[in-house]
Amino acid sequence: MGTEGRIYLYPKWLRAWHGLNALGIIVLIFTGINMQYASPDFQLMRFDLAIRFHNIAGVLVAVSYLLFFIGNLVSSNGTFYQIKLKGLRNRLFLQIRYYAYGMFKKEECPFPVSEKRKFNPLQKYSYIAVMYVFVPLVIISGIALLFPELIITEVYGVSGVFLTALLHASVGFLISIFLIVHVYVASVGKSPFKNYRSIITGWHE
Amino acid sequence: MRTYYRNIVTAFLLFTGFSSTAEDQNQCLKCHGNHIYSIHNEWTERTEKRLMNPYFVIDSVRMSAGVHQSFSCTDCHSTDYGTYPHNGELKLEPMAGCLDCHGGDEKYASYQFEKIEEEFGKSVHAQACGDAFTCSKCHDQHYYQVTARNSESVTGIVRYSNEMCLSCHDNMQKYQLLSEGQKPELVEAHSWLPNKNLHFEHVRCIECHTEVVDSLMISHNIMPKENAVKRCVECHTADSRLKASLYKYQNLQSRSENGMMGNILSNESYVIGAYRNPLLNWGSILIFCVVLLGVSVHIIFRIIKK
Repeated sequence: MGTEGRIYLYPKWLRAWHGLNALGIIVLIFTGINMQYASPDFQLMRFDLAIRFHNIAGVLVAVSYLLFFIGNLVSSNGTFYQIKLKGLRNRLFLQIRYYAYGMFKKEECPFPVSEKRKFNPLQKYSYIAVMYVFVPLVIISGIALLFPELIITEVYGVSGVFLTALLHASVGFLISIFLIVHVYVASVGKSPFKNYRSIITGWHE
Repeated sequence: MRTYYRNIVTAFLLFTGFSSTAEDQNQCLKCHGNHIYSIHNEWTERTEKRLMNPYFVIDSVRMSAGVHQSFSCTDCHSTDYGTYPHNGELKLEPMAGCLDCHGGDEKYASYQFEKIEEEFGKSVHAQACGDAFTCSKCHDQHYYQVTARNSESVTGIVRYSNEMCLSCHDNMQKYQLLSEGQKPELVEAHSWLPNKNLHFEHVRCIECHTEVVDSLMISHNIMPKENAVKRCVECHTADSRLKASLYKYQNLQSRSENGMMGNILSNESYVIGAYRNPLLNWGSILIFCVVLLGVSVHIIFRIIKK
């Protein structure tokens, strides 16, 4: 669906999921940092409140992930996440080269957005890694930490809760790094705010 | 008084030896080790079975695992208990306290009984109940085991310690032995605590309810409830209060040195905010800085090449 060079890329359900997910992830990172680096001298918010908000935001992200997962199964949006290994290295190189060099030389984007190609290769594979590996891992480990009785008590003499928490915090950290890059890369384009507008209106200009 | 009791015990052990001790114990446990005992009633000239007062039943298996396992009952109780029916007045005999034997004894110097007594004197237990609050109210002399110094299981130490508190604070009959009031509703009183059950299973009551004393293995100064620790970050931080209390024991520390993660806090439980691995900490800061630097350099190039 396109009118006057505009493409309707983000349907309502996807934007609703994206909004919920963004809100949840931001709360999770803020409260997570507050918990991991808690100290009597450094507190962005009260520890027990951080725990409560972290739990609520975690449930919100888990529920919104279901929306994303089912939405991708039943709608055509899932096709944007299909892995094609053939020529992948070359496609990734072309996109990295563009971000690191080509865009400063005013070269054309090697993978322009179209109705059939919503993401460039770097976007696509980082989204696949985040949405189909990191987020499920952080949700599963988060649910386990919310109900610690589900966790294996001990693995080779080390607490199962500890290993789960270590995985949860590490993957959470990687997601927060992804968020920084994601938010920044979204500003790359004809105008810095174009993509931010798109994810709200649904229309890619 | 203390020297008197210690001398009696020492003399007894020296002159009678262990075998007679075990024999004496068995003699008492014939009746007190069971819920039903038999006596020969000389008035009726019959052997009769009777129910033992449940408060006077001794669990011989647990006693044999306790620190006083080799003692004869009459080391602490009157030798007059050797006759049956026991003289009623014996119930009023003053019992030996822990310090009557352990006080000033070099063998037990590392336990610092005098210091414990001094700290206990400041506690809310001593303030509210005075001399009526004896050591045995928490440390049952029949079954007591040294757990915190010996056990390698943190949860085992926690359970053993908390059971001492709960033996009164979750038992109205025992609570009212010392108090006229109603025992506090523990679940209600701790309703503010997130993940209450996890806390109950993984930390001791005394972690929050005592004043930590570095020179003592276990602080005995139980504070009034108003002074209990309520700030989460006192434990949930790198310099956790738990390191000065639950996790300060050598037996746990030495084990943690061999542990996979080199940190006792990680071996049996995970304390949010208290576990800081330097490698992961610096690694994450480095990744974060590299990403910020990359983004900044990219922004600068975008501005220059606009």
